[in-house]
Amino acid sequence: MVGNSNMVESIKMGEITRRQFLKGTGAALTSVAVPNTGLCAAGRTAQTGTNETATASDPLAIALNVNGLQRTVEIEPQATLAEVLRGPLDLTGTKIGCDRGACSACTVWVDRVPILSCMTLAVDVGERKVVTIEGLARGDELHPVQSAFIAHDAVQCGFCTPGLVMSCAALVESNHNPSLENVKAAISGHLCRCGTYPHVFAATLDAARVLRG
Amino acid sequence: MASDTQLRKYPVGIDPAALSEAERQVPAEEAPPLPPNAGLVWIGKSVPRIDSRAKVTGAARFTVDVKLAGMLHARLLRSRLPHARLVSVDVSVAHQHPGVRAVLPINETVGRAVEVQAQTESPSETTPRRVLYVGDIVAGVAAATPAAAEAALRLIRVEYQPLPFVGDIESARRSDAPAVFEGPVRGESYAGGAASSATLPQQGNVRGPNKAGSRGNVTDGFAQADVVVEGEFRTQVQTHCCLETHAAVADWQSNGLTVYLSTQYTAGVRRELAQAFGLPLNSVRVVVDAMGGGFGSKSTAGNYVRAAVALSRQAQAPVRLVLDRQEEQLDSGNRPATVQRLRVGARRDGTLSAIALDTYGTAGVGLGAGVGNFAQSLYDCANFDIAQSDVFINAGPGCAMRAPGNVPGAYALEQMIDELAEKLAMDPLALRDRIDPSAVRREERRIGATRFGWSRRHAPGADSGPIKRGLGMAQSYWGANVHTNASCEVRIMRDGSVELLSGVQDIGTGIGTVLAQVVAEELGLRPEDIAIRIGDTDFPAGPPSYGSMTTASITPPARNAAHQALRELFDAAAPALGAAPETLVARGGRIAAPDQSHSMSFREAAAHLRTERISAVASRSDDYGGFNRKFGDMASARNALGGVQFAEVSVDVETGIVRVERIVAVQDCGRPMNPRQIESQVQGGVLMGLSYALYEERVLDRHTGHVLNADLEHYKIARSREVPRIEVILLENYQGTSATDAYGIAEPSNIATAPAIANAVYNAIGVRVRQLPMTPAKILSTLGRIPARSPRV
Repeated sequence: MVGNSNMVESIKMGEITRRQFLKGTGAALTSVAVPNTGLCAAGRTAQTGTNETATASDPLAIALNVNGLQRTVEIEPQATLAEVLRGPLDLTGTKIGCDRGACSACTVWVDRVPILSCMTLAVDVGERKVVTIEGLARGDELHPVQSAFIAHDAVQCGFCTPGLVMSCAALVESNHNPSLENVKAAISGHLCRCGTYPHVFAATLDAARVLRG
Repeated sequence: MASDTQLRKYPVGIDPAALSEAERQVPAEEAPPLPPNAGLVWIGKSVPRIDSRAKVTGAARFTVDVKLAGMLHARLLRSRLPHARLVSVDVSVAHQHPGVRAVLPINETVGRAVEVQAQTESPSETTPRRVLYVGDIVAGVAAATPAAAEAALRLIRVEYQPLPFVGDIESARRSDAPAVFEGPVRGESYAGGAASSATLPQQGNVRGPNKAGSRGNVTDGFAQADVVVEGEFRTQVQTHCCLETHAAVADWQSNGLTVYLSTQYTAGVRRELAQAFGLPLNSVRVVVDAMGGGFGSKSTAGNYVRAAVALSRQAQAPVRLVLDRQEEQLDSGNRPATVQRLRVGARRDGTLSAIALDTYGTAGVGLGAGVGNFAQSLYDCANFDIAQSDVFINAGPGCAMRAPGNVPGAYALEQMIDELAEKLAMDPLALRDRIDPSAVRREERRIGATRFGWSRRHAPGADSGPIKRGLGMAQSYWGANVHTNASCEVRIMRDGSVELLSGVQDIGTGIGTVLAQVVAEELGLRPEDIAIRIGDTDFPAGPPSYGSMTTASITPPARNAAHQALRELFDAAAPALGAAPETLVARGGRIAAPDQSHSMSFREAAAHLRTERISAVASRSDDYGGFNRKFGDMASARNALGGVQFAEVSVDVETGIVRVERIVAVQDCGRPMNPRQIESQVQGGVLMGLSYALYEERVLDRHTGHVLNADLEHYKIARSREVPRIEVILLENYQGTSATDAYGIAEPSNIATAPAIANAVYNAIGVRVRQLPMTPAKILSTLGRIPARSPRV
């Protein structure tokens, strides 16, 4: 926890952004190979805020299992999973709405658990299996949540939709008989500014019925 | 040359309660009258969104997803001081940074008030620009990677001369307050709350009052009143919070400029950029495919798109510029804060004798913080006085946000009317039956009261125990707007395939789907048979998607273009069918003689075309019988839009927490085109209103000028757990005014929610909260359980 107080102090001073923080963390990962607690490198980050080259490290080749395919990508160590999906992997269905874990637009599955890909470093994913919105359907056959979103018009502008679909699909996969309250809880971190929630609730409950058979 | 007209009969009135027929003189080339929705195949049906599959599979392409070969990444340097003179901006070191391809200081800005004096002087090196708020744009960088752009930003050397600033409306009004502007300003009503006049007085930071809209004599009116109610209402700054932040990819080429843009108005942005960069319209193309929300904030190109284009021109490469969430909160527009002093006088029978509204608000460094035309338009009242002023503070400029003006305006007036009803010992619905001239809202009140169970409403604060329940209602008023510079083209190919082309953009309302329904209805095909190509200025110019006017503006030309193309197809196919072309009908994918004796498939008929493709272009004609008002390309229909909403709340008087449990929204939009999509929009309008009523508030620290919650975790927005049961009831209100008779819904559905909730809160606790948002602290202080805080705005 050596960097903890520095980090807090830096935030107060307005000198550090979460991105810089993650960048520092990533740099630490490659240079000192410490566990990724997220705090070890914070003090260093604060010192290097004005010089990008001090935190940047050499590109790193990592293997990611995404949508059932093993992909090798060369990334900056500080790259988030969301950035790697949208950038080198060209899976732009995953959206970045706030880039700090406040809107859940970037939700993907890692080992079938919905996570925020903007808050996850790509290097931390390891061998775990990533499923993105592009990988949810089986070929042309949509996941029941996707079909229900269409049938219930649970889509307006559509920007939050991929993240919402991933969270709702994870819910019904793990609970075929969710209550309305379960649905509300499962997506409580998501922001849909168009306010499509009532149709999202109805679609998810309907999809669960389909899965119950 | 005046075109030929014909006298035609149209269904008019509310279906089914008051449906009748009316004659209209109509241009002869217009498609024939449509029956009510019950008699139609696709229009008025809940056809699934044509792009929903793309949106649920991640295939939809938003501006942030656009990738061009050699594309650079741009970032903007923004002021961290609320008010300062830019003594110097040195970009030379930043230019040397590896990967950097373009750096430019921003010397001119748009979208805010401008000092008249500064405009008449020639720009001079000795009078450097000032930055006026935290987040004000200073310079831009384009580089090979986002990281390089970010790093180069920090290498731009800016010498600021800090200036005194003011960060709250009450301080700004004082005569000794630091001046945001150095003299009288001019500009448009960016925030859309009140028209901005060039001749308004200005003293210090206060510009106004604007008294436009006053009528009669309120002194006489109040003298005639048996009952007078008055109050001061305060509303907060709300931000748009589009999920897709403002985003552009600008591609400056020697043969023209293409901009991929998250925009509400492709044609308008093209015009704006052509003018800004000295290009002819035919050299500027604006494209938007999927679009992640706008709510008014993406109506113009603004400063960031100009920066992206200028960087692309300098770098000679495509430039991607996507605002981050903090920039979005600081500098992409907002709904202004208002302070409204309202006084209403009435006779004992409820008849209004006078309304006086004195209001000031702040759109930061923008103009237009008024409260719209709500109080002057909603109710019959001969004597009306209005005085609206803008107060400048050092904060990002406001811009139009979903029903600008009328949302805060309704919050005040509809509470005042509720209070008046109580003083008159009248039911709030009965009072409105007396003072509201709208037959549509009368029907909406009747339908809504029945569905909602209005008769359950008890006396204010009647519940015992700490959890108190309440019922309230409020009304909406919004112009039925139309843009007449709205065109589209319908093409029929020789293989029978059909496409529609228009620059109109789908900002999430589903207009593409509605256009497919309209063309399918006219051609006797299915919506999925129509290829919809929109969101591109290479196509005929579409209307803006603001002012709730998209559907009203673009569906009539879509139908008329389909109608005209079909006439041509009939001409080609008639000989083979042995029938006169004017007798043919298109239905169920076939072209048939009226007696069905001869028919052929649409595809077979198309094979008779002389050329590979036929095409018809149509533009929005005036409403049949004319408009109420027309100004440039914009017009408002004779009949405005209504809407009545009912709210049921519970208030915990120990914690101050308000929960909205149920909303019944009865709305009208002329002929509903796609009820399920409309329901989605109304639910969204209700939720944005609920969120405005209870949670949202931009907090600006008056001591530093910094926004304390420029993010999505501290700027609170209603989410899934706050969603009440929402019931949407949609009227079919035919007026016989265009080829589709359709009007808008987005804004009307956002107006009545906050006052309906406020009235329900009053009904629950028996004291009135006159300030938004109605947080637990405000509830408790209104109840006298904790000390009141001074207003934050």
